[in-house]
Amino acid sequence: MTGTIELPTRRDETWRYSAVERLPGVPLDNWRTIDVASGDSFHDTLTIVDSDETSPTELHRWRVSIGEGARCEIFAVLASAEYARLEVEVTLARGAHFELGGITVGGRDTVREIVTRTIHAEPNGTSNQTVRSVHWGHGTGNFLGNIDVVRDAQKTDARQDFKGLLLEKGASVNAVPQLEIFADDVKCEHGASIGQMDENARFYMAARGLSPEMARRLLVQAFLGDALVSLHDEEKRERLMRIALDKVDKYL
Amino acid sequence: MLKIDNLHAEIDGKTILNGLTLTIEAGEVHAIMGPNGAGKSTLAYVLGGRPGYEVTQGSVEFMGQNLLDLEPHERAAAGLFLGFQYPVEIPGVSNVQFLREALNSQRKARGEEPLAAGEFLKLAKEKSALLKLDPDMLKRHVNLGFSGGEKKRAEMVQMGILDPKFAVLDETDSGLDIDALRVVGEGINEIMRQPGKGVLLITHYQRLLEVVRPDKVSILSQGRIVKTGGPDLATELENEGYDAVMAA
Repeated sequence: MTGTIELPTRRDETWRYSAVERLPGVPLDNWRTIDVASGDSFHDTLTIVDSDETSPTELHRWRVSIGEGARCEIFAVLASAEYARLEVEVTLARGAHFELGGITVGGRDTVREIVTRTIHAEPNGTSNQTVRSVHWGHGTGNFLGNIDVVRDAQKTDARQDFKGLLLEKGASVNAVPQLEIFADDVKCEHGASIGQMDENARFYMAARGLSPEMARRLLVQAFLGDALVSLHDEEKRERLMRIALDKVDKYL
Repeated sequence: MLKIDNLHAEIDGKTILNGLTLTIEAGEVHAIMGPNGAGKSTLAYVLGGRPGYEVTQGSVEFMGQNLLDLEPHERAAAGLFLGFQYPVEIPGVSNVQFLREALNSQRKARGEEPLAAGEFLKLAKEKSALLKLDPDMLKRHVNLGFSGGEKKRAEMVQMGILDPKFAVLDETDSGLDIDALRVVGEGINEIMRQPGKGVLLITHYQRLLEVVRPDKVSILSQGRIVKTGGPDLATELENEGYDAVMAA
């Protein structure tokens, strides 16, 4: 693409809840391209954590193409930056699989979001996306997930599951699942729910001697766990979980 | 050991406990019986410190401390165990992790060393065997998918692991078949029938009291203790009903 890129506004569907005011000066056309060849397997994690290398605005745009029978797994924890966004645009060929496990955590007035566009372009593709968001203060967590199933992509099996947990009044999470299905023999599931910490569970845990902080940590860990279930590398799974939990502990 | 004096408590502005006075000595098992709505579960929750249960008057002294000054988790660390009528399911948290964290939190609060993973598992298996609960259930999430009877046995396994000084057991016998009732009753005896320990046993039925023989039985009605007697009082209640016994 040539010429000036227009800055997105909140009128754009996929930037509805974004901190668009932070975009000027940020290179928008900086897409990372990932091509997974037929039969191959690709795996990557993205963690945005408090460090000197983290910018106030962390924009990560990934364009993924998964070849026939290939597999792509992405796990992400967005736990830092004033505005953090992971955007994944993925196109699946015949029999390909896309796996996404995402976590956003944050307080103050940070915005952390995961935006996916999953294009099932050929038959027999499968995709599974699980995103969990825990926010407090005036923090915002978003998951916008678009699934396109083209006319020929029969036997597609696409799943999307989002849950948000609000630890304090004032925090918010937004879930926007969007399905556009043009094939007639497909399975597409999506679910989204938002809630608070279970007070019964908290009292039960307190009655067994757990401090409110420890009870919260265990409940948040249980809540986030779903997003990392399909990450089979135990060491990585524990590292990602620790990043998210430490963030929650540090600010509450 | 536990001294409740003129306790008044309310939920959402509605008075439930209305001048309850009761003392339980160390080594004593004290059964509380009473009709529905008498305030039995409220008493248990007030002792446990459940949010929303407001004490408006009176005092509770537990082993020389003012119990009402302590947070729920501090009460547990002080040696109080609350057995729930409806144990809570916690998806995503395994029994092993939950109980080990709980035990070690209590030990830490008491200035004791934490129990290592191996020692903890040994203890947990031992207590599961005592309550005839499949030790594999410890790997499962807390109470999730447990039957009513399994939940109650799991409560007693928790009690065995935490080894409290005083247990408030809220209808631990509800939802149990006759065999499970015996197992649970014997578990209570094994874990809590020791000098220096005490039990407040809230129940509707005489049956559990045939296994866990109480030293004293009190009747709770309309938020206060209206009668206290020996174990015979429970039999009398079973035969004649609350109205007749309370009128006598």
